[in-house]
Amino acid sequence: MLGRSANGVFWMTRYLERAENTARLLEAGFRMALTRGDSASADEWRSVLVTMGLDRAFAEARGADYSGSQVCNFILRAPDNPGSVRAMLETARTNARMVRTAITREVWEGTNEAWMALNEALARPVRETNLGDVLSLIRRHTTLVRGAMDGTMLRNEIFNFARIGTFIERADNTARILDVKYHVLLPSVAWVGSSLDHVQWETVLRSVAGDRAYRWLNAGRLDARGIAQFLLLDGRFPRSLAFCYAKLSSNMAGLAREYGAETPSHALLHAACARLDQTTVEQIIEAGLHETIVSFLRRNGELAVAIANDYRFIE
Amino acid sequence: MKTTPTICYDEMHDGENAVRPAYSGYSGWYGEQDQAWLRKQSAEAEGFFRRTGITFNVYGNDAGEERLIPFDMVPRIITAVEWRKLSRGIEQRVRALNAFLHDVYHRQEIVRAGKLPERLLRENAAYLPQMAGFVPPGGVYTHIVGIDLVRTGPDDFMVLEDNARTPSGVSYMLENRETMMAMFPELFTRVRVRPVSDYPRRLARSLALCVPPAAQFGNTERPTVAVLTPGIFNSAYFEHAFLADQMGAELVEGSDLRVVDGRIAMRTTRGWQPIDVLYRRVDDEFLDPLTFNPTSVVGVPGIMDIYRAGGITIANAPGTGIADDKAIYSFMPEIVEFYTGEKPILKNVPTWRCSEADSLAYVLDNLAELVVKEVHGSGGYGMLIGPTSSRKEIAAFAAKLRARPDNYIAQPTLALSTCPILTRAGLAPRHVDLRPFVLVSPGGVEITPGGLTRVALKKGSLVVNSSQGGGTKDTWVLED
Repeated sequence: MLGRSANGVFWMTRYLERAENTARLLEAGFRMALTRGDSASADEWRSVLVTMGLDRAFAEARGADYSGSQVCNFILRAPDNPGSVRAMLETARTNARMVRTAITREVWEGTNEAWMALNEALARPVRETNLGDVLSLIRRHTTLVRGAMDGTMLRNEIFNFARIGTFIERADNTARILDVKYHVLLPSVAWVGSSLDHVQWETVLRSVAGDRAYRWLNAGRLDARGIAQFLLLDGRFPRSLAFCYAKLSSNMAGLAREYGAETPSHALLHAACARLDQTTVEQIIEAGLHETIVSFLRRNGELAVAIANDYRFIE
Repeated sequence: MKTTPTICYDEMHDGENAVRPAYSGYSGWYGEQDQAWLRKQSAEAEGFFRRTGITFNVYGNDAGEERLIPFDMVPRIITAVEWRKLSRGIEQRVRALNAFLHDVYHRQEIVRAGKLPERLLRENAAYLPQMAGFVPPGGVYTHIVGIDLVRTGPDDFMVLEDNARTPSGVSYMLENRETMMAMFPELFTRVRVRPVSDYPRRLARSLALCVPPAAQFGNTERPTVAVLTPGIFNSAYFEHAFLADQMGAELVEGSDLRVVDGRIAMRTTRGWQPIDVLYRRVDDEFLDPLTFNPTSVVGVPGIMDIYRAGGITIANAPGTGIADDKAIYSFMPEIVEFYTGEKPILKNVPTWRCSEADSLAYVLDNLAELVVKEVHGSGGYGMLIGPTSSRKEIAAFAAKLRARPDNYIAQPTLALSTCPILTRAGLAPRHVDLRPFVLVSPGGVEITPGGLTRVALKKGSLVVNSSQGGGTKDTWVLED
């Protein structure tokens, strides 16, 4: 398999995953804005921008108008925002086109249709009345592509690289969502577990589609500790860091099997898995959740770079 | 604006508007169909092409925009008898082309025999001195050829153009058939049509027969074949990806390749892997920045040296453009006879070489009736179609022609045959041409029964090029 193709499937699935998570994040923000006052919802929308790393770009382009319609349109479709969901789908589709021979017809068509449908839906500014439809369109199409991959692709190196892209991105997104809520919206660590706003934690859970699962597991207890445990360490929840890293492990093991050898990136991954495995949520809170997440994000990024190097993604 | 001659050979109907034998089966089926349903199917086909990404990038104003090549659902049908004769003519012509290429890069017997002016080789940018004295692996120059044919009467097929460099369009031949079979499966039980779906397999086999001397295989290994594309912004990218996919070959770009241990190797996830046969869809000029255009970023630096040392097979061989050059084209009847010792089975279109003073004078006097083409042009760019051009356009073209007569050839405006297309008002005739695809290997010449039929969608128009708004049709060769 060409290094460039590995790079292509890796970024195709990363961008699809990012688009999906962005839609979830906006959905949670939208719900929050519906249930709260204007000033609180401005904070909420701003936190969405911070999570995506778009706060500075937004402030430069739109000033301090953190209204739902401004923020949503900026994130979804603004031509002057290279990090928009529309641009993500465009990049995913360009990558898919580039690796057309590495993916099945169904995966290609799914990606192409996702791009076509979204371009049509985002041709005009999105209004509050159709925001829900647009967001569910994004979720539905990205889910279809994942389903097509699951159902049609040969389980070989190509599939491994595609899955690695998905889970590197998902782990990154989940960690960011948790960090922004915890770090940016909370005045200080002293607030943990005390006067923390339940609605806000609900939003975090919603934006990773984990609200129901969390309630089912924790029977009404809603606190930072429980949520950190759930999003970071619960290997049963498909958007948790522990789950993502278990998937990374099995796909990297697939590569090692196929190529007959492990690479330096395998060593990084083993170390990361051991850390997740041996850490308790108490230790994390003790060491500082924000600090833990920041170092996780850095290592997650380093792992992606190491994989790209080891498998010759670029010259 | 004048239109074309009104009396043209129609593929489906004769002069009395009776259905010709080739179309009897189809016509019976067509008569039973509901028109509204046919139009709906036609619209659905478009959605299908869009979804599957069968698109064509157009250069020029809307750079990068992906467009569909319009597909018309009335097939162009050729009888078994017609096809037998065409095949014989095509095979003869393709053998002559390869013999000619070998000759012009070796002893140039044809020049010595006085059948071809030496100047045409010497002053021709398509002639590559780097190929002189070199025999490509397997002795094959043109692994893939597309012969453009036009028809002006029941037995009058003429070659309009030979495509010996990197002919495109074969993916449309295959997808058009797939589309027709998906839309009208019952039609194929009523009319027995020879299949074309074998093409990618034959192409892969034919390329694999031309391994370079440096390639060494055990009993179970097969040669590594790769398709070289300029990238996703190339007009024919879909086709490059399609063929690589169908052949099970890697689709590579110049940036994936480099010279490693005397071979051309591709960067894979496990290191550099040598390529045995490279089906390149990159023009000669851009193939090797060290040898040709130094600014090329889509080629492979050093590939020509490796090629000449027997480290890789390039298909088609560099320098084959000399055989499909439009100035050389006018000598094709002599070329066929010189190398095969037979009279050409397929005729050439009468051609005036503007480099010759008498011809130039005639062409300038008759511009309004002629089609004038650039010697090195393709894709329908930079040509004049006298009968459909304004006086002003003709005058402007005459000035260009006087300035560089060597750069042009002229041909009569042909009464191209027509084939019906489906319009809102039912069937309506439009001009068509035909490009059958030919594979050449040490094992012989293989012609896929069918080809790409291009159709001018505007009434009366003679320009069928997809870059100029032409469409395509499925092409049927009937079983005996």
